[in-house]
Amino acid sequence: MNVVLNGEPTTLADGATVESALVALDLPGAGRGVAVAVDAEVVPRGQWGKTALHEGARVEILRAIQGG
Amino acid sequence: MAATSDTNTDVLTIADKTLSSRLLLGTGGFRSLDALAGALAVSGSELVTVALRRIDPGQHGSIVDVLDRAGVQLLPNTAGCFTARDAVLTAKMAREAFETNWVKLEVIGDERTLLPDAPALLEAAEELVDDGFVVLPYTNDDPILARRLEDVGCAAVMPLGSPIGSGMGLLNTYNLRLIRERAGVPVILDAGVGTASDAALAMELGFDAVLCATAVSRAEEPETMARAIRLGVEAGRLAYRAGRIPRRLYAQASTPDEGFPEY
Repeated sequence: MNVVLNGEPTTLADGATVESALVALDLPGAGRGVAVAVDAEVVPRGQWGKTALHEGARVEILRAIQGG
Repeated sequence: MAATSDTNTDVLTIADKTLSSRLLLGTGGFRSLDALAGALAVSGSELVTVALRRIDPGQHGSIVDVLDRAGVQLLPNTAGCFTARDAVLTAKMAREAFETNWVKLEVIGDERTLLPDAPALLEAAEELVDDGFVVLPYTNDDPILARRLEDVGCAAVMPLGSPIGSGMGLLNTYNLRLIRERAGVPVILDAGVGTASDAALAMELGFDAVLCATAVSRAEEPETMARAIRLGVEAGRLAYRAGRIPRRLYAQASTPDEGFPEY
């Protein structure tokens, strides 16, 4: 399955979930300070493993950084 | 106004939170997380901003861990958002990431000045308040806009002293005083502080708190500047509570004329 992960075309296994996308970024089970949106909708932390991605999904995975 | 100079009872209340420090620290611009941790400890700040960006594989250490260890409350921002839609979505991402419904709302109108986009800011503020957020908007030094932000339910208003990172201090103290005078929510000076006297001036005008990032993080000695600005905030607050003398055109002797000898 092809998705757009943080702006980069990315191939994930069929049946991939949000959790799979986190693993692809080397962030399995990422804790506090990480948030995920799929197609401009926030996916709550508790739903990461259950939320299936679809072909062409736009996935944004954000992490805390320093900022004023 | 309290009749005492006891700072222990002079707390700042924003929404449901009570803070004993009136200095909010922005975390942007520090050379390292260690530098941030050092300045944060010295600043005494209890409410500290944090941002969200795409994962950078080269990023080392976790700012959340640093801030959690310091025991401060996080204030996520929507820095870099140029539309109400982006700001609202970023706020929702931050609520999920940091488990707080507080947000420092920024909707920027122009890359060169980083000044707020007033209509978009108001639109985003209203939407976020309706969604249950505690909204602290970074706003222009515009008394009418500040009032409108308060009217839609913002928990505080945060007018700029001058553009973000400019260090130009408080450019329009007249407008800032009008905002302070009319506001029924805490007023926090956000942006423009270059050094301790800027922070002191804001507090002397009656502002409830000061937020600064660059002035500390990009100072040659961030920890020293954190201490200076902390003291500036405290000094300004005390001066405000003490009630300054009016400005006069001519001198007024402090030594009495009575009893002056005739030689």
